[in-house]
Amino acid sequence: MMKLTVEETEQVYEEPITTQAPTQLNGADVFIETLKKHQVEVIFGYPGGAVLPIYDALYKNPIKHILARHEQGAIHAAEGYARVSGKVGVVIATSGPGATNLVTGIADAMMDSIPLVVFTGQVATTVIGTDAFQEADIIGITQPITKHNYQVKDVADFPRIINEAFHIASTGRPGPVVVDIPKNMATGLFVTPKEENQEVNLPGYQPTTTPNFLQIQKAAQAITTAKQPLILAGAGVLFAKASAELAAFAEKYQIPVTNTLLGLGGIEGNHPLFLGMAGMHGTYTANMAIQSCDLLINVGARFDDRLTGNLNFFAPNARVVHIDIDPAEIGKNVPTEIPIVADAKEALEALIAHSAPNGNTAAWLESLNISKEQYPFHYQASVERGLLPQQVLELVHEYTNGDAVVTTDVGQHQMWTAQYYKFNHPHNWVTSGGLGTMGFGFPAAIGAQLAKPDAKVVSIVGDAGFQMTLQELSLLQELRIPVKVIILNNQALGMVRQWQETFHGERFSQSLISVQPDFVKLAEAYDIKGYKIETFEDAKVQLKEALESDEPVLIDCRVVQKESVYPMVAPGRGLHEMIGVKPE
Amino acid sequence: MKRIITVTVINQSGVLNRVTGLLMKRQFNIESITVGHTENPQISKMTFVVNVEDEQKLEQLLKQLQKQVDVLKVNDITEKQIVVRELALVKVASPPAVRAEVNSIIEPFRASIIDTGKNVVTFQVTGSPEKIDAFIDLLKPYGIKELTRTGVTAFVRETQKVNGPQLSILK
Repeated sequence: MMKLTVEETEQVYEEPITTQAPTQLNGADVFIETLKKHQVEVIFGYPGGAVLPIYDALYKNPIKHILARHEQGAIHAAEGYARVSGKVGVVIATSGPGATNLVTGIADAMMDSIPLVVFTGQVATTVIGTDAFQEADIIGITQPITKHNYQVKDVADFPRIINEAFHIASTGRPGPVVVDIPKNMATGLFVTPKEENQEVNLPGYQPTTTPNFLQIQKAAQAITTAKQPLILAGAGVLFAKASAELAAFAEKYQIPVTNTLLGLGGIEGNHPLFLGMAGMHGTYTANMAIQSCDLLINVGARFDDRLTGNLNFFAPNARVVHIDIDPAEIGKNVPTEIPIVADAKEALEALIAHSAPNGNTAAWLESLNISKEQYPFHYQASVERGLLPQQVLELVHEYTNGDAVVTTDVGQHQMWTAQYYKFNHPHNWVTSGGLGTMGFGFPAAIGAQLAKPDAKVVSIVGDAGFQMTLQELSLLQELRIPVKVIILNNQALGMVRQWQETFHGERFSQSLISVQPDFVKLAEAYDIKGYKIETFEDAKVQLKEALESDEPVLIDCRVVQKESVYPMVAPGRGLHEMIGVKPE
Repeated sequence: MKRIITVTVINQSGVLNRVTGLLMKRQFNIESITVGHTENPQISKMTFVVNVEDEQKLEQLLKQLQKQVDVLKVNDITEKQIVVRELALVKVASPPAVRAEVNSIIEPFRASIIDTGKNVVTFQVTGSPEKIDAFIDLLKPYGIKELTRTGVTAFVRETQKVNGPQLSILK
């Protein structure tokens, strides 16, 4: 992509360079000042013509800036940073192509409720609408994939807009906010507005965080009378930082817990009340628990179609309690008897504090424990078959003791990671759930490592997804941050291949990729140590060595191509119709 | 089912786009929409008529609208006592031979003549959408040359019908 030189910029915008008194701040200076007020530690970005004044201010008044090698890499890194740190991820890109390269990341953050503030450059207000060089209507483009967006039209509004953007992104149900900055707003002189004009002023945005007492009362009564209650915990638990409350709630009322994909880590992977993940590739026990429960307590999950399967068959016997901070999620997919609009932490605290007597769930827990023993995840390993992805993931879990921060893309490797990696801690799991973005995991790992410099960060990716954003290996080379990239390399688009095998008569249309780069040499080109692992015996030794290293490493695991993720709920089926539950 | 929904929004550029974009994204079909600012120039009110399949879809629509940062208030006023008004401009073929006849037809509708040509007359009529439908039907035989309707705008009436025990006591 072509980026603007200074000379070209001046021609396009036809604005004379204003020489200003050194004491007078311009929009860009105020921008940096305001970011500092919000304690922004790191910005992920990429400069270009329209954001030159911003980068100039950044040069004079530095905040740590990570120069990704593609805007998509920058925004996924910001997403990884936000998820692991619990803070707002900040991104800057230039106008036009810089801004449009962010679109996938913005949509991803919207689907998975990740708090981001995304600043895009824009051509000067004097030429907006004239198809100026590198002009794109990013406000129009991102309107359906942002929680809110702004275009700065008066330099005096700059601090207020930034304050509001951070407020909107990080409160209620988090999400991405785009702030579009025309170039002349960054160069324009800043006239200090009245104090009240800088404050957040959002009469139409008042998220409810405190639960309604009557609804809590009803939920507590339902818990007391339920024989087979079940908690479905989603990412809302993590955003509310309510993992401790979730465990306390489940333990107090002796209710088993299942997670959505994004909710993993909300409860300890080895917790006795935990049934594993539910949904399309969840555990048989969790899915059957949903189908047979008489009370389903959804805490911060959105009943996504990959979780529910066919809605006509979903939880047929259950009364539904749904705790969500976003009222629009309640009743959207599943009719809800007891809606509780609240922050997950406050709602769980209220339920824990409620003196409702426990229901008798002993028999229910007993039957679920038997089921857990009878239906574990399974795979068939042998020396002849070769290295299996599940074996790699079991080793990764073993060598990191379940303490690592793990990131993935979307697909088979993601599902296997969700199945086999048992998280000891919340906020260590970074994956692209709703949008299902290939190329997400690796840059997200870089952001995650920056958020937690001392953590072991492992990025599990497929060979195809990795090639979508591998240019960010430059960042590992530059920053020497010890991200461990593990490629589960089956020389295929694994999940596409699996669906073609199962639902399209084994017609593997465009899903097998036999020509690949030599990933070890590729790593070496970026001055990173590369490993190639082809057998389980090698994996045991080399994976250990690689994971113990203090340096960034890339591990190319050559795994069996013809291996599918099971168990599975086929599309259009109910959760009770799982296939591949037991070994053949 | 057809619903009349009013949305009070902060009057700034892009807000109409945001609301209609939201309806498009969630697959709601807008039948008509009117927008204008209220007694407070910083606040606008939109009135739109949408076709929704069922109660659940309607609830989703109201909640999604309410969720927008620029939206202050959302009301489904379909079942309230309301004043609904629409304006239509109708250009009708009206040669001198039938002009008196045409003019007599429009009288009960309290429509007014706003432009006259040699062979055509343009009427302006306001009222409920049903009244306007009837007006148009009556003029059709004479030949409608051009027609434009504003879509409805609506108000909730001051006095609402009371459904409840009080009413039976009054009786």
